[in-house]
Amino acid sequence: METHKALFQQGQHRLDKLKQLAPRAGDSLLEKMSAKGINRRDFMKWSAVVTSMLALPNPFTSLVAQAAEIADRVPLIWLHLAECTGCTESLLRADTPSIDTLIFDHVSLEYHETLMVASGFQAEENLQNALEKYKGKYLLAVEGGVPTADNGSFLTLGPHGETGLSRVQKAAKDAVAIIAVGTCASFGGIQAAAPNPTGTKGVQEVVKQPVINLGGCPPNERNIVGTLMYYIMFGKLPPLDMFNRPKWAYGSRVHDDCERRGHFDSGEFVEEFGSQEAKDGHCLYKMGCKGPYTYNNCPTERFNGHTSWPVLAGHGCIGCSEPDFWDAMSDFEKPLSRRLLTGLDSTADTIGAVILGAAVVGIGAHAIATFFVKPVDY
Amino acid sequence: MNKRIVIDPITRIEGHLRVEVEVDASNVIQKAWVSSTLWRGIEVIVKNRSPLDVGLMVQRICGVCTYSHYRCSTEAIENALGLNIPINAQYIRSLMMTALHLHDHIIHFYHLHGLDWIDIISALSADPAKAAQVAMKYSDTPILCGEGDLRQVQKRIKGLTDTGKLGPFANGYWGNKTYKFSPEQNLIALSHYLKALEVQRVAAQMLAIFGGKSPHPQSIVVGGITSVRDILSPARLQEWKQKLDEVGHFIENAYYPDLLMVADAFKNEPSVLGGLNIKNFLCTDEFLLSKGKYLFTQGVVKNGDLSKVFDLNPDDIREDVTHSWYSADAPQHPYEGTTIPEYTGFIERETLNGKLPTLNEDGKYSWIKSPRYQGEAFEVGPLATLVVNYARGNELIVQEVDTFLSKAGLPMSALLTTLGRTVARMLETVINLRESEKTFNALVSNIEVDESTYIEPFIDPTKIYEGYKMIEAPRGMLSHWIRIKDGKVENYQAVVPTTWNAGPTDENGRIGPYEASLIGIKLEDPSKPLEVLRIIHSFDPCMSCSVHVMDYNKQSLGAFKVNTAI
Repeated sequence: METHKALFQQGQHRLDKLKQLAPRAGDSLLEKMSAKGINRRDFMKWSAVVTSMLALPNPFTSLVAQAAEIADRVPLIWLHLAECTGCTESLLRADTPSIDTLIFDHVSLEYHETLMVASGFQAEENLQNALEKYKGKYLLAVEGGVPTADNGSFLTLGPHGETGLSRVQKAAKDAVAIIAVGTCASFGGIQAAAPNPTGTKGVQEVVKQPVINLGGCPPNERNIVGTLMYYIMFGKLPPLDMFNRPKWAYGSRVHDDCERRGHFDSGEFVEEFGSQEAKDGHCLYKMGCKGPYTYNNCPTERFNGHTSWPVLAGHGCIGCSEPDFWDAMSDFEKPLSRRLLTGLDSTADTIGAVILGAAVVGIGAHAIATFFVKPVDY
Repeated sequence: MNKRIVIDPITRIEGHLRVEVEVDASNVIQKAWVSSTLWRGIEVIVKNRSPLDVGLMVQRICGVCTYSHYRCSTEAIENALGLNIPINAQYIRSLMMTALHLHDHIIHFYHLHGLDWIDIISALSADPAKAAQVAMKYSDTPILCGEGDLRQVQKRIKGLTDTGKLGPFANGYWGNKTYKFSPEQNLIALSHYLKALEVQRVAAQMLAIFGGKSPHPQSIVVGGITSVRDILSPARLQEWKQKLDEVGHFIENAYYPDLLMVADAFKNEPSVLGGLNIKNFLCTDEFLLSKGKYLFTQGVVKNGDLSKVFDLNPDDIREDVTHSWYSADAPQHPYEGTTIPEYTGFIERETLNGKLPTLNEDGKYSWIKSPRYQGEAFEVGPLATLVVNYARGNELIVQEVDTFLSKAGLPMSALLTTLGRTVARMLETVINLRESEKTFNALVSNIEVDESTYIEPFIDPTKIYEGYKMIEAPRGMLSHWIRIKDGKVENYQAVVPTTWNAGPTDENGRIGPYEASLIGIKLEDPSKPLEVLRIIHSFDPCMSCSVHVMDYNKQSLGAFKVNTAI
């Protein structure tokens, strides 16, 4: 508790300092909430949920609430590189009218090509102004990977035809923290899949500053908001895993919290889509589910305001928050163990794959065993 | 002396788009060039992978019209394998398409295109009481247009503008003379802009009910769909229906009347009454209403002649890379086609804003290729769908189009304009919304007798398979083409809506719909080219789609052996 106490004091101290900064124009968060019919009580509940999601003890709820209220003190610059805009869409599609989305209304969004009105020179001016005015103070969010082949010429941006590579390196230089939103910005994503014709890399590979990676294709909006809250509260990076993903969001495997886990443990598997087992919601491991090797909070957070997630929709996890998943996790409709057991993964050079390999042997054994002990038909 | 104007980035779109125009001394656009400035190479990446994985991969072409590529790819593979999937799966895929269209069109009109029509600063000077009266002119039952509602909206915006920090609204073209709404009309539209942010989330949830999530749903597989538990759950079906009603309420009482208001205010604004210089239209079948019956039918209309409709013949599609950043020195068979990037960069020249790197129109200048049908450029999208189906005499479409035009007091010719393109997207949405109940009911009654949702595909590694599929994505006609050999993807191709519309000039000097739409438009203030944004946005650009997975150059598609007609 002593360390928690120190962390709390550190957070409180930082928030007090931030409160002295000028707020962004417009209604306060509380006014915005009241216009949406959200009361103080709902807000405190939300704060408590975010607190527990961030793996902080309950007393930190008051800090989360304060951080949310003063989110408009922190300027945010959002760059689009080699991407499909799915991560932005993920944000836009968040809960109906939830506090998470209000926070996004609330932050000082200085540059975002999908949402901003200005185009061309006026857009460029907004970016340059923000980089200058908030030097050393802005948060940088990046959506999309960074093409690096041919000096980055596969992506140019703005009236001066600057490469995406140059732009992200410049913007990173004076950012107070960098958040890679989605698997492309984190690890390169789809365009970095073999043979990676554009030499696309994750942001962390092209900038010198530390980067927080929010894997997922797209990532859950709440993981983005949570990261933001953590930064505002403590002014530092949250505890990260070996791939620089926040532990509170990517700390456990999809398999661990899966609603079909009971069926896995009982050896009840779907072996064909549309079958009786599929209708009964049995485990999708044999249909290629990569939940056992994937670190993310999809089963608990779900998507689109808790509407669903792939496993509920009867399809296995494809491992989209993991580095190189397009190559490492395919074929998506086959269990990974089949490949590992034939040694095809021996070329994988990530630490993750090695660790996964160990897990796979155990899981593979479990699933193979059940091929022979299928439940009796009745 | 003509002046060159560079606009990069075009914001409020998907992806990276640059437009350059040349204006004469009186600021009338003489020439225009459109370029996409990002290439990702997904066409190269999908080769040699399992056909069963391709749908998920090509879906990542685009996160906005997400699902379109997923479905089109999956159905191209099913076509290649000769799989007839269960009708339940076909209905579900169609309902997911409806959800996507509703979502996409709402977001497009309000959040991407909206601020080309709405001047938010002007809304501040509106009289909310008067605005409440104005709203009644366009609908008997307007949404969020009571005096109190409108006062709330005004207060929110005022809070934002008071200290001058506008965030995403900063540095817009506020006050431009081509904004035609009165302050009251601006306030009404702004109220719906804010409401639409909530409504689009509900539409996205509709897609997630059967898709697992949105964007990038994950419930379509070669052979059918996986979300069988959702389909067999009466509660889940009811949830879909209830959300459809919620979204529908907004479409009928806000989106439709807002377009009547746009028509009313802008019907004498010259910059939105042009913008359509290529009167060729293509569309394909979409929205399955019952077995084999579609809401919209495929067809071709040429030179704006609505008296003739031709059937779409996929053999007549070609692609040209004369001005695209690819090399293709010899004609190639589609299946052996290559995608070899050949980037030549920009050239420096004087522009309105001084010396800048600019597009080299004499050489290559875009990552987009130029599809042609029978050698001509064609427009695709909701407008094309309506024009073709109107010309076919599809009663429902004729009635909806005529009703709108008569309510708005517009002639038929007004449909073939920038304004008409924006109206057509709304009308397509309304028609789709109302008719989707038929698909839903067909599904429900079929489930009672037939629960099948999947048929297992078999890929013989010793065989070669070829197939394709055409669908109507939110931005228009999309087709995917695949060749499978040794059980792997040997070649993969897609012809994408924004490619049809935004491609550069071809080898014969024929320009595409985007570039053509800008010519002859007079700019109020060349340093703030709002008119260009409004026209380009009316197409709903999706650049990461357009820089796509097409793999051949000037080749006949006749070599494609297809199992069934489209």
